[in-house]
Amino acid sequence: MSLLKVEGVWKHYHGLSVLRGIDLEVAPHEVVCLIGASGSGKSTLLRCVNLLETIDDGAIYLDGAEITDVRTDADDVRRRIGMVFQAYNLFPHMTVLDNITLAPRKVHGVRAEEAEARARELLERFGLADKAGEYPDRLSGGQQQRVAVIRAVATNPRLLLLDEVTSALDPTLVTEVLGVIRELKEAGMTMILATHEMGFARDIADTVCFLEGGVLLESGPPEQIFSDPEHPRTRAFLQRVLEARRM
Amino acid sequence: MTDGEAAASPAENPEAAESSAGNPQAAGSRAGNLRAASAGTSQPTGAVPVGNPGKSPVWVKSERQRRREAELRARGRRSTSVATASTIVALVALVAGITASPGWPRVRETFFSPKAFVEALPDVLSGFLLNIKIFLIAEVFILAVGLLVALVRSLRAPVFFPLRALAVLYTDLFRGIPTILLIYLVGFGVPALRLQGTPSDPVTLGIIALVLSYGAYVAEVFRAGIESVHPSQRAAARSLALTHGQTMRYVVLPQAVRNVIPPLLNDFVSLQKDSSLVSVLGPLEAVRQAQIHVASSFNYTPYLVAALLFILLTVPMARFTDHLSARARRRQTGGGTA
Repeated sequence: MSLLKVEGVWKHYHGLSVLRGIDLEVAPHEVVCLIGASGSGKSTLLRCVNLLETIDDGAIYLDGAEITDVRTDADDVRRRIGMVFQAYNLFPHMTVLDNITLAPRKVHGVRAEEAEARARELLERFGLADKAGEYPDRLSGGQQQRVAVIRAVATNPRLLLLDEVTSALDPTLVTEVLGVIRELKEAGMTMILATHEMGFARDIADTVCFLEGGVLLESGPPEQIFSDPEHPRTRAFLQRVLEARRM
Repeated sequence: MTDGEAAASPAENPEAAESSAGNPQAAGSRAGNLRAASAGTSQPTGAVPVGNPGKSPVWVKSERQRRREAELRARGRRSTSVATASTIVALVALVAGITASPGWPRVRETFFSPKAFVEALPDVLSGFLLNIKIFLIAEVFILAVGLLVALVRSLRAPVFFPLRALAVLYTDLFRGIPTILLIYLVGFGVPALRLQGTPSDPVTLGIIALVLSYGAYVAEVFRAGIESVHPSQRAAARSLALTHGQTMRYVVLPQAVRNVIPPLLNDFVSLQKDSSLVSVLGPLEAVRQAQIHVASSFNYTPYLVAALLFILLTVPMARFTDHLSARARRRQTGGGTA
């Protein structure tokens, strides 16, 4: 059974259709990369899955249960889904450690010492052990984003959503964040990434989905999408990306 | 003062001459500058930073930088002396203008009498202690009421509509009524109801009136603070499955409160002064005590005493709050200015 199932999802903003009948299935331990130009609906799709946006039609299922049912407790759904944002969105008034342990302590009822031990273990694993007591604004962008990833996985979510997590970083910092994501994949984390890093998508994804104008035009294994895309618009998009890289 | 200015100008002049003379040389080549820098130390030529991958370059302050810093120091001295000079000139002009006015001897006698000052001081000071008590007690309740009203206004669920409407009504109403009228209304109106359990002590009634009035202002300050926290912070908190209440408590409010400390202090200073309005109900606070002295001596100096006492309290508090918010900023950003 698929872990996440998105079925004919529509979303409108001010009369503009941002998502137009999206279908998507994600199996446990699968890594799905959403590619496409800015404004194609990647971020909106992730926000809909996390119920930060209410959808206008269709349905989303998590572990077989519909989460877009109006009677669903959104907090219960979000307890099982982690999310990382493009702009990190760390809490600036809290130390790194407090950022990470807030949800485990307050939402999942983990005892403070236990939450802290787990946070320190994760910080150690991702090379940030010495930053536990720092405030986010004192860290580099790459470090902040790694903390944000740790914060999102500290509660052991079933599914992790990553919304263009490297877009705000300079190229030298991108690799350290991607390294963290790669480690999570090896640990078996189910993930959906919206990304502009085509090389990384090709490398890490089990499935690549190309979105344009709110429509999921094509999806398949990365080798096929990147080497032999079926849809001419996918081909055109990849061509543009390639040209941009050459410049 | 004139000393400072005299010292500043010769210090600056040779500097300017030197820098214009040194300019062609400095601009001549970058390598020249580097050579000059390493020549300044006793190190061998190996200290030249370029093309030396093994060693990291050693910084020796260049002549150019030294001149730049000297110029900045001179400029700093100059602006300090200019500021001092203009302040003194302005003060002298003000004092001269006032003391030269035809009515000055009379004003000095009625507003600045040392004798009346000393006579009134003990009573006004004891009255001022009551002011302190009034505004300290009132401030605690004002912060509580303000925060509560702001939080109620932030609730989105339809169940809370009546509460939300009440909160809006409260802020609209009580911000609109002049504080002194509110003090009259509460101070004389509530006891007139002759309800059991209602307070009759004028100080308590005055505090209630101040809380009602300032609570409305402070609620708006808190609401502005809550809205100043970026929506992405709320999204991040909700994505971690924090409830609305938890998001407010742990993520939004701590940041909101920090943002509104300056305006909150502003309202607090204003409250300190308005604590004297309670005098219309009769309690012997600072202004009332001053009034009594004025009435018996026909000298207005006691008012000056009261004014000085208020200033003595508000100024250090403003500095203290500046210090607090500066410290919080430093702690978060690690001393950057941006």
